Amino acid sequence: MNKKNTEYLINRKDNQYEVVIGLEVHAQVLSESKLFSSSSTKFGAEPNTQVSLVDAAFPGMLPVINEFCIKQAIKTGIGLNAKINKRSVFDRKNYFYADLPQGYQISQFKDPIVGEGKVILDMPNGQKEVGIERLHLEQDAGKSIHDLDPQNTFVDLNRSGVALMEIVSKPDLRSPDEVNAYIKKLRSIMRYLGTCDGNMQEGSLRADVNVSVRPKGSKEFGTRCEIKNVNSIKFMQMAIEYEANRQVDLIEEGKTIDQETRLFDTKKNETRSMRSKEDAHDYRYFPDPDLLPLEVSEKFIEELKNDIPELPDDKKKRFIEEFKLSPYEANILVSDIDIAKYFEEVVAKMGKNKDIKLAVNWITGELFAILNSKGLEISQSPVSSKNFAILINLIKNGTISGKIAKTVFELMIDGDKDPQKIVEEKGLKQQSDPKALEALIDKIINENREKAIEYKQGKEKLFGFFVGQAMKASGGKANPQLINEILKKKL
Amino acid sequence: MSDITKQSLTELVENIKNKKLSSTDVTKAFIQRSEKSSELNAYITDDFAPALDKAKKFDQNPNLDLKLPGIPMAVKDLFCTKNVKTTAGSKILNNFVPTYESTVTENIWNEGAILLGKLNCDEFAMGSSNETSHFGNVQNPIDKNLVPGGSSGGSASAVAGQLTPITIGTDTGGSIRQPASFTGIVGLKPTYGSCSRYGIVAFASSLDQAGPMAQNVKDCALLQEVISTYDSKDSTSINFKRNHYSKELTKNIKGKKIGIPKEYRVDGMPKEIEDLWQKGIQYVKDCGAETIDISLPHTSYALPTYYIVAPAEASSNLARYDGVKYGYRAKGENLIDMYEKTRSEGFGAEVQRRIMIGTYVLSSGYYDAYYLKAQKVRKLIKNDFDEAYKKVDAILTPSTPSSAFKIGEKTNDPVSMYLNDIFTVPVNLAGLPGISIPAGHDTKGYPLGLQIIGKAFDEQNILNIAFAMEEKINFKNKITDWWIK
Repeated sequence: MNKKNTEYLINRKDNQYEVVIGLEVHAQVLSESKLFSSSSTKFGAEPNTQVSLVDAAFPGMLPVINEFCIKQAIKTGIGLNAKINKRSVFDRKNYFYADLPQGYQISQFKDPIVGEGKVILDMPNGQKEVGIERLHLEQDAGKSIHDLDPQNTFVDLNRSGVALMEIVSKPDLRSPDEVNAYIKKLRSIMRYLGTCDGNMQEGSLRADVNVSVRPKGSKEFGTRCEIKNVNSIKFMQMAIEYEANRQVDLIEEGKTIDQETRLFDTKKNETRSMRSKEDAHDYRYFPDPDLLPLEVSEKFIEELKNDIPELPDDKKKRFIEEFKLSPYEANILVSDIDIAKYFEEVVAKMGKNKDIKLAVNWITGELFAILNSKGLEISQSPVSSKNFAILINLIKNGTISGKIAKTVFELMIDGDKDPQKIVEEKGLKQQSDPKALEALIDKIINENREKAIEYKQGKEKLFGFFVGQAMKASGGKANPQLINEILKKKL
Repeated sequence: MSDITKQSLTELVENIKNKKLSSTDVTKAFIQRSEKSSELNAYITDDFAPALDKAKKFDQNPNLDLKLPGIPMAVKDLFCTKNVKTTAGSKILNNFVPTYESTVTENIWNEGAILLGKLNCDEFAMGSSNETSHFGNVQNPIDKNLVPGGSSGGSASAVAGQLTPITIGTDTGGSIRQPASFTGIVGLKPTYGSCSRYGIVAFASSLDQAGPMAQNVKDCALLQEVISTYDSKDSTSINFKRNHYSKELTKNIKGKKIGIPKEYRVDGMPKEIEDLWQKGIQYVKDCGAETIDISLPHTSYALPTYYIVAPAEASSNLARYDGVKYGYRAKGENLIDMYEKTRSEGFGAEVQRRIMIGTYVLSSGYYDAYYLKAQKVRKLIKNDFDEAYKKVDAILTPSTPSSAFKIGEKTNDPVSMYLNDIFTVPVNLAGLPGISIPAGHDTKGYPLGLQIIGKAFDEQNILNIAFAMEEKINFKNKITDWWIK
């Protein structure tokens, strides 16, 4: 694909506009307990059952930092190739809301725990680097529930105080596709690290999207609008498309764009003004006097570095080198840690005489199809990596043909059965005895004398007919390669 | 024993340990006197009946190895006490009953003491006269219609008036030392990080510190020993080696170098304060210590710095009182209306004033000029002390620029009220320990205090100096029991 074709531009008459996007991703830290209290973070509990006195901001209650969350943030920073700040400060972001018990959110403003980093995206036209501005830790707020009662709003504080990492990108993204790739890459890295489960349905990953437009070729940024709290990649893409077109229309009409915060209405597929710059909150940030500045030693960081698993970019490189996979295949396999894990288990369990290419084809083909149709994640695969490896080996060593293998695979799904046993029990073993196959073919040629003559006279298409007959006569079990060889010799 | 309430904590502990007194005797005596002392308005909430039950229970199986065996004690109503209403002197918490106990009070009960009740204080500890309390003024036992100081005014009044053998207060800018000085008792503000802030209703987090208020230095040392513990529930609690303050207490301060800061000789300071200070200098010399003139050049900036830092933190700390979760809630048309009405009706004028000051100094555009600058000056004030402590072991100053004033005298002049804290505030800003001891009387016969400021974590040293001076001063508080009918 040629680069020009993939450029995302908005066209109006003679003008072309480039879209500039920056994301503030809020990723929930994977942690048993909250950022400053020991309450559970488990999703889906009864309202207000996971709330400590600290989370509900009772008088005299004090935050105590959860060291595990600090480690998670630093690990994520390492995964983003970012600078880890040995000294960071927790600030209070002050505003009133019913689901913000303290009247302030503890966040990091001037001195975040992680500084600049970068993420590499694999786009169809090659790799693209996206800069990371910073990553900071902050508390989540509770949840206001407006639809339970016509008169009252209810508040659920289970989420209050849960640790979030806000990952701020530089304005380096240029299209909805890049946003898609960026979110997926971030998610993948954090899942590899075990620092965020990336579950967007449960709100573990959501983003504020900053969008501006500018004439193609312009070096200056346009006025940006921030679209708050979008919780799916699809909605992010839709919101960007709408917002970019809205801004271009304004420019085309000779109007100016107001810097403002907007909301994306998923039902109407449009963004709506939430508040203008003038109405922006004055959060009165100041260092939280209940918490001392957070200082981490070089040793602390080094120990976490040693704890970092192989990340998707390195894994991809290794898959290509070690297993001779194409970059495309490698990308698919490394995109999700569980897929990579499954694949590597299969490779390990196939033993010495393995056919990796065959395994890849079967994982991305048959296995993915089954998972898709059943709506399962690979971690819930009905076929274990062990039995999957056995199946691939059965194909590889000629015990069964690829076609029979599909039948065997269907049978394996129910209760993760051993393919070897299925082959034995159902008598599906491939016929590879040349003498038996010769006899079978002799019989078919005899029964179809006229067609054999036609073939010899040059009607080569008929070769397929004979293969088909032989396979049919063997009940599909004949080794297709041998059939080919014998037929060629006999005809 | 009719004179139980006149005994010091140390004497009471001794008498209980020697079985000359039971906890029930002592508890009854303080309850009876407290009941007769309602005119002082020292209590917001009493817990007398449960206290007596606890005393009887203690006597059934007394553990005499404890440091405060069966000793009844009322505490400032800023400490959260489990199942006992805790108001912080505010309407906004007038129905608040904690389900938890502050670390400091927990430490006290663990040593055998018994809660008598909760003592009056300025609303959210914001005040220097106890006049901002939602629960009314507190009378100073020294004289009718005299303020006891603040914000630990109820605590000071209760100790001076012998309603409790000893108590704890909190000190953000002088709230232990100034009322101690006004009522003729001893008050210690420990080093920041010495006593846990867990469970204490917060005023200004970087300045708040709990401390003992007592009739004498030895009692004060004993209670400090009990309340000062490292607490992992408070991130600013400091894990340092704590002395056995009462055991290690000594009057031998020979050769100690005591700094006399020239900047504390402020304009308009009454002559009797200057005289008291000179007397104090003579006392420490008589004890064998040496005095050295020192300079704390940034002293004059302490008060304005304090009145930026403290309100800033308070404006944020008090945001949680919004009517949503607990405490007072006014009816409103919508959320914002409910907030506005709850906080307008729930907070008193002084608290509102400080919230507004704090909100202002943190606002974007003003932050650098006020809050950030104040933090820089705070650093300079701390550096002043660090420099001074290269030459001296402790610093001696007056506790307050005047003796206690009349109720209502300064309520319409907040700045004049704030000036009360001029000698105590720098100590909080620098996070240092300071103790106020009664050192004399003014012409009206009202008590005056002297303050000894120590190095960080050097409570033992200032307690020793205070202990030595106490003997020389031989202060007698003039309590006439005027309020008892």
